Amino acid sequence: MPPSQAAIAAPAVQIDGLHKRFGDNEVLKGVSLSAAQGEVVALIGSSGSGKSTLLRCINLLEIPDDGRVLIQGEEIAMKKDRAGRAQPADRRQVDRIRQRCGMVFQNFNLWTHMTVLENIIEAPVHVLGQNREEAVARAESLLAKVGLSTKRDAYPSQMSGGQQQRAAIARMLAMGPQVMLFDEPTSALDPELVGEVLRVMRDLATEGATMLIVTHEMAFAREVAHKVVFLHQGRIEEQGTPEEVFGNPKSERCRQFLTREGQH
Amino acid sequence: MLELLSYGPTGWGDEILAGAGMTLMVAVLAYLVGLVAGSLTAAAKLAGPAPLRWLAASYTTIVRGVPALLVIWLLFFGGNGLVTWMAGLFGYGGRVELPAFGIGVLAVGTVSGAYAAEVIRGAVQAVPKGQLEAARALGMHRLLILRRILVPQALRFALPGLGNVWQMTLKDTTLVSVITLAELMRQAYMAMQSTRQPFLFYLTAALIYLAMTSLSDMGFRWAGRRAERGVRRTATA
Repeated sequence: MPPSQAAIAAPAVQIDGLHKRFGDNEVLKGVSLSAAQGEVVALIGSSGSGKSTLLRCINLLEIPDDGRVLIQGEEIAMKKDRAGRAQPADRRQVDRIRQRCGMVFQNFNLWTHMTVLENIIEAPVHVLGQNREEAVARAESLLAKVGLSTKRDAYPSQMSGGQQQRAAIARMLAMGPQVMLFDEPTSALDPELVGEVLRVMRDLATEGATMLIVTHEMAFAREVAHKVVFLHQGRIEEQGTPEEVFGNPKSERCRQFLTREGQH
Repeated sequence: MLELLSYGPTGWGDEILAGAGMTLMVAVLAYLVGLVAGSLTAAAKLAGPAPLRWLAASYTTIVRGVPALLVIWLLFFGGNGLVTWMAGLFGYGGRVELPAFGIGVLAVGTVSGAYAAEVIRGAVQAVPKGQLEAARALGMHRLLILRRILVPQALRFALPGLGNVWQMTLKDTTLVSVITLAELMRQAYMAMQSTRQPFLFYLTAALIYLAMTSLSDMGFRWAGRRAERGVRRTATA
C-alpha cells in the first residue's frame, strides 16, 4: 500500500494498553480503543470509571504511565525520566499533536482576560502563524456557525454557560482539528442550556468530524454516536453500536449503569 | 521661616528636591531589582528543582524575618569587607568602599524581592488550572502560555500586592540614609541639623513621601482596572 493510502487507512485515534495511576489509585488498567476517521465515539460510565482520564491521555494533558497513543498513525513518543516515570520524549511533537486534537472542557476554560474573538484567534495567530485578518474572518464565520455572532466582543463573564461552551467549541474549531475531544461538555450547564450545545455538536458529527465524547447525556450518545464505550473501574467493560450497548447490553454492570441513567 | 525652603544657596529647597529625586531613583531601581528577584524566586519555588526551591525558601524566610536596616548594614559592611579583602589579594592594602548608591539599591531591592516573591507566587497559584490547560490543549508552547495567558492573569491577582510592595520599597529607601546616601530623609536631616528646624523639614519630607505614595497608588489602581478587563464585578465582591 502506498504511504498516502496507509495514512488514510490509519485510525484517527488509536490507544493501546493504556495505564494511568494517581498515587495508589490505578485509574486506567490497560485500555485499548480506536476511533476511525469521521467516527463519533461516546465514552460513558459512572464517575471514577476513568473515562475523563482516558480522554485527557489522548492529548497528553495526563501522561499515561504505560501504553501507546497514536494520532492518525503517528505515535506519541514517550521516554522514562530518571525517577522511572513516563514522560513525552519530544515536547514539540506533543504541541503538534495537540494542534490536531481539539478539546472542549466541562468548565469551558475560555480565557477570562480576552474577548470571545480574542479567545478564538489566539492560537491560530500565535501557534499556526495565521495573519490577524485571516484569523478574524475565520473566527467570525465560526461564531456564526455556533450562533454567537453578536457576542464577538463580549467577555466570557458576560455570557451564559451555554454561550461560553459554544464559544469554546468555536475556539477549538479555529485550529482545524482532525480529532475533537469533548470532556463532559454539558455537565456544568443548567438543563435549559444543554440543548444549544448538543445542537452544535450534532452539526459537527453530521459534517463528518472525528469526535470522542465523554458524556452523561445518554439520549445524545444514542442518537449521535457510531460507537459507545462503557468504562468501569479503569477497564472497557462493553463497547459496540448504540443499538447493541443501549438496546441489549451484554455486561451486567453496563445494564445496571444504564438502568440508573434511565436508559434501559 | 519658609524662605528656608527656597531654591538656591540660602535655602534648602534644591537639596530637598535633589534628595527626593534620589529617593525616587533608588526606589524605582530597587523595585525593579525586586521584581526580577521576586519573579525568579517565585518560579524557583513553584517549579524549580529541590536545591533551587530550598534556596528560594531560605531567601524569602531570612530576608522577611530580618529588619531591613540589618540587611542594609550586612550588605554594606559585608560588601565592602569582601572587596577590601579581594583588593588585598591583589596587593592593595587600603580600604575599598563600594558606592553607597549601588549598595542601597541592592539592599532595598533584596528586601523588596523577598516580599514580591510571595505576592507573585500566590498570584500564579491563584490562576485557575483550566485556563492553562486550555492553552496546552491548543498546542501553545510553554513560553507562549507564560506570556499570553499566565502573566496577564496572574497580574490581576498580583497588582494589589505589588502596589503594597512598592509603597514599602519607597519607604525602605529612608533606611539607606544610614550609609550616607543623599536621599530625601538624609537631606531633611542635614537641613534640620544646620537650621535647628526639625519640624519644618521633617514635615516637608513627610508631605513629599505622601505625594509620591498617593500618585503611585493612583497609578496602581489604574493598572489594576486595566488588568481586570473581563472580570465580572459582583455586588458582594
